Amino acid sequence: MRGLRKAYGPIQAVRDLDLDLARGEVFALLGPNGAGKTTTVEILEGYRSRDAGEVSVLGIDPAEHAARLRELVGIVLQSTGLPGYLTVREVVEMYAGYYPRPRDAGEVISLVGLTEARDRRVNQLSGGQRRRVDLALALAGDPELLFLDEPTTGFDPSARRQAWEVVRDLAGLGKTILLTTHYMDEAQALANRVAIIADGLIVAQGTPDSLGGRDAGQSIIRFSLPDGHRLPEQFGALQAGSTYELQSQAPTRTLHELTEWALAEGVELGGIAVSRPSLEDVYLQLTASAEAA
Amino acid sequence: MSGIGLALRQVRFENRAFWRNPASAFFTFVFPLMFMVIFNVLIGGGNPEASRFFTPAIIVFAVITATYTNLAMSVTMARDEGILKRMRGTPLPAWAYLAGRILHAVVIALLLVIIVAGFGALFYGVEVPWSQLPELLLTLVLGAATFCALGLALTAFVPNADAAPAVVNATILPLLFISNVFIQLDGAPAWIDAISSLFPVRHFADAMLDVYAGRGFAWSDLGVMAAWGVAGVLVALRFFSWEPRQ
Repeated sequence: MRGLRKAYGPIQAVRDLDLDLARGEVFALLGPNGAGKTTTVEILEGYRSRDAGEVSVLGIDPAEHAARLRELVGIVLQSTGLPGYLTVREVVEMYAGYYPRPRDAGEVISLVGLTEARDRRVNQLSGGQRRRVDLALALAGDPELLFLDEPTTGFDPSARRQAWEVVRDLAGLGKTILLTTHYMDEAQALANRVAIIADGLIVAQGTPDSLGGRDAGQSIIRFSLPDGHRLPEQFGALQAGSTYELQSQAPTRTLHELTEWALAEGVELGGIAVSRPSLEDVYLQLTASAEAA
Repeated sequence: MSGIGLALRQVRFENRAFWRNPASAFFTFVFPLMFMVIFNVLIGGGNPEASRFFTPAIIVFAVITATYTNLAMSVTMARDEGILKRMRGTPLPAWAYLAGRILHAVVIALLLVIIVAGFGALFYGVEVPWSQLPELLLTLVLGAATFCALGLALTAFVPNADAAPAVVNATILPLLFISNVFIQLDGAPAWIDAISSLFPVRHFADAMLDVYAGRGFAWSDLGVMAAWGVAGVLVALRFFSWEPRQ
């Protein structure tokens, strides 16, 4: 995808976006609501036309050959209804029949963990189970590429973990997955690569661990000291009451110096913690600067 | 599988889902019969002449309910729930999906016709016009096709599922009253007659009355219906939406 643009009237939803996916990878598109995630994905899926740019999905231009593309991809949209009076098995079989080379319905149902509910009507399922039916329908045609648009929004924590397991299983089958989400931990848990999109532009791209220089960035050491003890000036710590914060490019060395001083003084460092900027910190920083620009 | 095979397969799934909602299925079939009994008793007063009017009239009402009303409402709901959008994301051709829904509506309409015609013959002594079978079938098929097309076209003007019953009823109920369906038009003011003649309900009703009276093909009525049907198809092709309106 090269130089993708899309405007709705005067609003530029997507401005000059470039994106490359390798086969077999799980790619997460992160961004706040209204950043252009869904617009981008719906252009790739063939639902929307684009104003400019080149798009090739599995070698197919979705604007030219949407019908051929749909045989090869599976789509989970943000919120879509299901025929409530049919059973899980019937709905999956119905969708499987639309594809030239479907995956066995029973296999699809077990892949999403609905084997025990397969003969229940869709309108008797819980919200989390329905979301798994969504996934099953996207898998019915045995797609090479899977689009998941905010697949776990509204899930409770355990349902999210289960959904993640399903996505990992799919990645294990060699499927390419393009995921949009606004959950940092979801991108961290599932994706090989992440792009952060804000205001129609990609502001950062990379593996979840390296994004925004997280791997090379500063570590933060936090601790507190008992009353009557002060940290020497040479550490250059930020102090708030009895709590101190040290920023360091070489945390091993800094920690060593700190603990050496504490042992010599005979004080205990309370609640000591060493952390790196989280994906969330990076995300908030990048999307905030994009908004300010 | 061919497009036609896929459409027929879709009819089977639609049909299965239809019968799994027994309350809805029951009243779909009982509703026209309730109207038939009420009109015969209150308006016809048990007069056989009135029964000869109300049997074909209620057949027309039943076909319109099963096609126009049913499709306009259920397709708008499916659109709002995102069922249509999801369908668009599969290789199923758009026309095959809609053909499946249309065919299912026509099957229900034909079942209703059999029930209403049978009820009229059994309880009101109104004979089924067997000698006019080709006329009867052509009128029914053209009527069902026209009102399916108009029902799909109407969805383009219904902003959301909540508005669907109001919009659908407002477009069809007044016409049913002024078009020789709920009330016989003999002696009605000329302007009512003129207005109702513009719309397809009147021509469907008149064509069906002609069939029941043994007057053969009502070509001019069938022609007006067909024109409305074509207009419905064109509007649907141009304005039909697969995605929920914002």
